[in-house]
Amino acid sequence: MSHVTDLPVWAAILVCGLTVLGAAIALIGSVGLLRFTSFYERLHAPTLATSGGVLLICTASIICFAVLQSRWVFHEILIIVFVLVTTPMTLMLLGQAALYRDRVEEKHGVPLKQRPPREEPVE
Amino acid sequence: MMELTIIWSILIAQIMLGLAMAFAFYRMVRGPRAQDRILGLDTLYINAMLMLLTFGIRTANSIYFESALIVALIGFVSSIAFGKFLMRGEIIE
Amino acid sequence: MRTWFPYPLLSAGLLAIWLLLNQSVAPGTILMGSVLATGLGWVTLKLGLARSHPRRVLLMLRFGFTIALDIIRSNLAVAAVILRGRRRPPNSGFLTVDIDLDDENALALLACVMTATPGTAWLEYDRLRKSLLFHVLDMENERVWIDTVKRYEAALKEIFG
Repeated sequence: MSHVTDLPVWAAILVCGLTVLGAAIALIGSVGLLRFTSFYERLHAPTLATSGGVLLICTASIICFAVLQSRWVFHEILIIVFVLVTTPMTLMLLGQAALYRDRVEEKHGVPLKQRPPREEPVE
Repeated sequence: MMELTIIWSILIAQIMLGLAMAFAFYRMVRGPRAQDRILGLDTLYINAMLMLLTFGIRTANSIYFESALIVALIGFVSSIAFGKFLMRGEIIE
Repeated sequence: MRTWFPYPLLSAGLLAIWLLLNQSVAPGTILMGSVLATGLGWVTLKLGLARSHPRRVLLMLRFGFTIALDIIRSNLAVAAVILRGRRRPPNSGFLTVDIDLDDENALALLACVMTATPGTAWLEYDRLRKSLLFHVLDMENERVWIDTVKRYEAALKEIFG
């Protein structure tokens, strides 16, 4: 049974550095989620975790398993691709929902609907 | 010496991810409006997925990878469903 | 060819995902993956999605490289904004820009790219006026962001043109 402590020194340094850096980026993103004052600013915070954090930690995982099992294991790429493709959809939908709700309540400082009222068809 | 460094740095990473989850959870519970709560939930599951990956590195066990993938899938579907609901449903806050 | 694989890129991607999930290139896995890829391609045909033909693989690679660089740079920028904290709150705001892309898939790709890079968030696209509303976290000067979006638009036009 192989263990993470069996890694050679260069791989261990790489794996540790990438993991800690990725976790730090995810933590910074969450701090942003906590600190920002308006919803539209908070919308930017999770993208830190989903781009930087996921990329770095998945790379660390790929290196770790590739060295330990001495064969290339790429299935972490699935997580990277999946998260990179799906998070924009969630955030776009949330942004649109927030815009819709703020417009219904006629909040201040929210851009109005761009389209002019529909014109009557000409007889 | 090297072993201690590895164990400790992965532990530090896990503590940081745990803090990140706690902040996201705070936003989910406190969030002034419904969209803030959903955003908190989204961040919470992303951080949980990263936490599972670090557990996988620590124990050198690839079963954690499968659970991370499932967490990502289910979290995405639930966030989309909540977001769609915000566009149409009646929400009492 | 077209009748068997209405969406060749989608089918190839599905096969690749299947092989990665199973972690093997045994003949049985490849056979099952091909059956799934073909069948799901036909199912997608029923959805009636817009088709587009991305050309120029080299341009696509260069576009991907630019995006990767932009993602790294904006990651650092947004992290700096967050760590700066309450002393200097971010100067965020909404921007509108006119975008003239007809291809739906190019628009979808632009939306994904803009939302995936920290610092910009896609909010709304008006099809009639062809104008896009997006939110920027740190608006030091507006020109830079509008120029970035225009650059993406030009690259996508070239790829899908």
